[in-house]
Amino acid sequence: MAAPPRPDSIALLDRLIAALEAKGIVTEAEIAARQAITDKASPETGARMVARAWTDPAYRALLLSDGKAAAEQMGASMAGAPPLGVLENTPGRHHLVVCTLCSCYPRAVLGYPPNWYKSFAYRSRAVREPRQVLAEWGLNLPDSVEVRVVDSTADYRWMVLPMRPAGTEGWDEARLAALVTRDSLVGVAVPQAT
Amino acid sequence: MPDDTPIPAIHDLGGAARFHCTPVEHDEVPPDAFGKKVDALRQILAQKGLMTVDELRRGIESIPESEYFALGYYERWLRSVAALMVEKGVVEKDAVE
Repeated sequence: MAAPPRPDSIALLDRLIAALEAKGIVTEAEIAARQAITDKASPETGARMVARAWTDPAYRALLLSDGKAAAEQMGASMAGAPPLGVLENTPGRHHLVVCTLCSCYPRAVLGYPPNWYKSFAYRSRAVREPRQVLAEWGLNLPDSVEVRVVDSTADYRWMVLPMRPAGTEGWDEARLAALVTRDSLVGVAVPQAT
Repeated sequence: MPDDTPIPAIHDLGGAARFHCTPVEHDEVPPDAFGKKVDALRQILAQKGLMTVDELRRGIESIPESEYFALGYYERWLRSVAALMVEKGVVEKDAVE
């Protein structure tokens, strides 16, 4: 588990904010407001994008060609965000997203990156032994499925478009979106119609 | 044959052998108040044109190895943001030391 911040880090943050406040650059209220906006972003946006793509071919085409525009259509605020690439899983190819250098993540459509995504073990192993990492988490892919690992960067973020599970014919978007977990948007799981 | 492959920089963890035997812990704890505040501050400073993501990265990636692995995620961000603000003359050095 992530350790709590050290006392000297908490003190450094307080001093930095005080210094910036004294210069008229930020206020505590501004920080709180920005945090509230950030807190609102969640994987529900990404899940709704996937459900729409499963039911609307035109949206699917947009999602695969311009993820940022597709996210904006769903109400996500993408101003200033880098491009969003969307990786389409197929019966023969599964995608897994990692950021080996740090933690680049499509936050506007998935929210804060989870701690495991930022962990040294995930960053190291996802590119070296992705099948093993997936298997440890309960996703056993047959050898016939190619695993393509994609490195998110500061300049380009990635999200997975999972395959629509069998047995969901006729489901509406809201019901489909409920199947789409954050993990399936990163590629460490696949949606299941249970 | 001499191996002239450069040693990867400390943040360049793709395939790094030291973590091959470390399980990926299912840590779903959301960021704490400290982390969220650092994150919000970083966004505001970026919006005001006082720093970029690339500058944040340079600051994180120049943290010495011993500190890099000892500090938490948002602690590394904070070290970078504070150093950048001093470097750019936005705040005085003694204000953050």
